[in-house]
Amino acid sequence: MGVLTILYVSALTVAQSPEPPTNLVVADTPNDAGKSIDVNWTLSPSDIFAESASDTAIPDPEFIVASYHIERKTVASTDSAIISDENKQWRQVSESAAGEATFTDRTVLLGWSYEYRVNSVDNQGNQSTWAIATGSVAPSMQWFNGSKAWLAIFMFVFCGLVVFFVNAARSGKKLWVREIAGLSAIDEAVGRATEMGRPVLFVLGIQDINEIQTLAGLTVLSRVARTAAEYGAQIEVPTCRSLVMAAARETVEASYLAAGRPDSYQPDRIHYLTDEQFAFVAGVTGYMVREKPAACIYMGGFYAESLILAETGNYIGAIQVAGTAMPSQLPFFVASCDYTLIGEEFFAASAYLSGDPLQIGSLKGQDWGKLVAVLVLIIGIFLATFVSKSGNQDGTFKSSLDFMKDHMLGNAGLYPTIDENLEGDDS
Amino acid sequence: MKRTVPLAIAIVAGFVLLVANFIPYAEDWSLTAQEWFNILAVGAMLLGGGNLIKLHLMKISSKKAGWGYSAVTILCFFLVIVVGLLQMGVHPSPNYPDFAWSGYVLEEGSGLWWIYAHMVVPLTSTMFAMLAFYVATAAFRAFRAKNTEATLLLVTAGIVLLGRTYAGVWLFEGWLPESMQWLRFDNLTVWIMEIPNTAGTRAITIGIALGVVATSLRILLGIDRSYLGQD
Repeated sequence: MGVLTILYVSALTVAQSPEPPTNLVVADTPNDAGKSIDVNWTLSPSDIFAESASDTAIPDPEFIVASYHIERKTVASTDSAIISDENKQWRQVSESAAGEATFTDRTVLLGWSYEYRVNSVDNQGNQSTWAIATGSVAPSMQWFNGSKAWLAIFMFVFCGLVVFFVNAARSGKKLWVREIAGLSAIDEAVGRATEMGRPVLFVLGIQDINEIQTLAGLTVLSRVARTAAEYGAQIEVPTCRSLVMAAARETVEASYLAAGRPDSYQPDRIHYLTDEQFAFVAGVTGYMVREKPAACIYMGGFYAESLILAETGNYIGAIQVAGTAMPSQLPFFVASCDYTLIGEEFFAASAYLSGDPLQIGSLKGQDWGKLVAVLVLIIGIFLATFVSKSGNQDGTFKSSLDFMKDHMLGNAGLYPTIDENLEGDDS
Repeated sequence: MKRTVPLAIAIVAGFVLLVANFIPYAEDWSLTAQEWFNILAVGAMLLGGGNLIKLHLMKISSKKAGWGYSAVTILCFFLVIVVGLLQMGVHPSPNYPDFAWSGYVLEEGSGLWWIYAHMVVPLTSTMFAMLAFYVATAAFRAFRAKNTEATLLLVTAGIVLLGRTYAGVWLFEGWLPESMQWLRFDNLTVWIMEIPNTAGTRAITIGIALGVVATSLRILLGIDRSYLGQD
C-alpha cells in the first residue's frame, strides 16, 4: 500500500509539473568584451505567453508557468585558475518571469567554459524537467564591435570630408557660407543693449558642461562677450550648473581680454543659481522682470523652461535670439523669439562667428556629409517605394532594402552572414 | 599652460570616449571618464554654493533693493544643509540600529523629505503649471494669420487641436460619406503627425546629428577652442 501511495504521489507530481522550455541555445554574446553569455529558449507550452499556448485549452491558473530557473555549471577555467566546488555544481544564476525567453549572464569570466540548463516553475512551485544546452560555451572578446561597422564607415567618410575641407581652407581656398540671420542679429542685439544702457542676458541652457550643446553655447558666448566688451555693454550669465559657471567665467574673461577691456570684466555677473530646473527659471525670469535686459540670448540645451524664458523676454520687450538642438523646444523659440538658430545652425555658430577659415572648412565638410545623407535617403525611398508598389518580396530590391535597413542603418553588422542568406532563401 | 592642459584633457577624453564606442575592450573607459566627471561636478558644487552665498551676502551688506529675499535664500540654504547633514527625523537603518546616521536621508517623514515634498515639489509644480498660460500667449501670437505660412500654421494647428479631442470625431458624425472618412480631423491629425511632422523633425534631427559630429571634430582636433576662452 505504502509503495502504491508513493507511486501515486510521484505520478501526480509528474502529471502536474509544467512542460519544460525547449530549444535551449547558449552562445557567447557577440561584439562584447567577453564578459557575458546569451541564453535563449522557447517558452514552455504551459506558459500563457507561449504562441502554442493559445492553440490549446486554457490551462489551470494554478499550474501555469510563473517563472524560469536558469542554472549554470563551470566546466573549465583559464590557465591554472581553480574552480570552486560550489561552481562545479549546478547553481542558480537567475530567475526569469513567465513570457521571458532570453537571459544574459554577465557574471561570467573571460575564457572560462560554462554549461547551462533551464526549467519552468508553475504557480504551485512545481518544477519541470530540465532543458539542457548541448556542450559548453566560453565567452570571448571581440576587438571591434561589428554591429557598429557601418556607423564607423559613415563616421570615417564624414570626418574625412571635414578634414579634407579644413585642409583646403588651410591651403587658402575661399569657402562661401550662407548668411545666418540669427547670428548676424547678435551684434545688433548687443548694440541695442548698449544704446539703451541695459544689460545683455545670456542663458546657456540647463545642461552640464559635458553636453555638446553647452559647449556650442559657450562658443557663442565667447563672441557675444567680446562684442559686449567692445561696445561697453554689460553681460549677465546666470548658470544652472557650477561647472558651466566656471567655464563661462573663463570664456568671458578671455573675451574681455581679447577686446582690450580686461578692467570691465565683472566675474560676479556670471553666477550660479541652482541645479533645479524650475527654480532656475524662476531666478532668471525674476531677473528679467526686475532688470529688463535689452537683449536675451538663449544658446544651449533647454527643456520645458524654454517657453517660460522666451515669453518673459517677449513680455519685457527684449530682442531675443535663441539656438538649441532640442527639436521639441524649437517651435516655442520660433514662436517667441526674434531669431532662432535651428539645429545645425546652432552648431555652425562657432565657425560662422569666428570667421576662421579652418572652422569654415569644417562647415563645408558638414554640408557634404548632408549630401551623403540625402543620397542614402533618396536610394532608400526609391527602394522602399519600388518594393511596396511591385509587391515583390524576394528580389534584389527587397534584399537591398533589407540590407540598408538592417546593416547600414541598423545593428546587424557589415554584411549579411551565411545564416541570414539561408533564412532569406527559406522565406 | 593654463589653456594647453585643459585642451589636452578635452582632446584625450574625447578620443577615449570615441574609441570606447567601437572597441569592446575599452567599454569601461567611458564609465571611468563619467565617474571622473561626477567627481569634478561634486567638487564644483562647492564652487557654485560658495558663489551663491557670496553674491547674496554682498547684496545684503550693501542693502540692495530686495535684499530681504537674499536673506531668506541664505536662511533656507543653511536650513536645508543642517536638516540634511544632521539627518533630522531619519530613523537608523534596521541593519545598524545603533548608528543614527545610517538611515536613508529622504525616507518618508524625515526633515529633508518634508522640505522636498511640501516645499520644493509644490513650488516646482507651480512654475510648471504656468507653462499652460505661456503656451496660450505664444500660440495666440504665432497663429495670427499675417501671411500664407502663418495661415497654413493656423489651419494645421486648428486641425490637430480639434483632432486630439472628441470634437474631431463629433463634428463629422452622421453626415460624412464612408469614402470621405479620411477627412475627419482625427484621421487628418494622425496623417499630419506621421507624415509631414515626422519628415520635418527627421530633417532637423539629421542636421543636428551632423552638426554634433562636426562640432565634436572641431573640438577633438583643437580647431575650436572658444569654449576655453580662446579664439
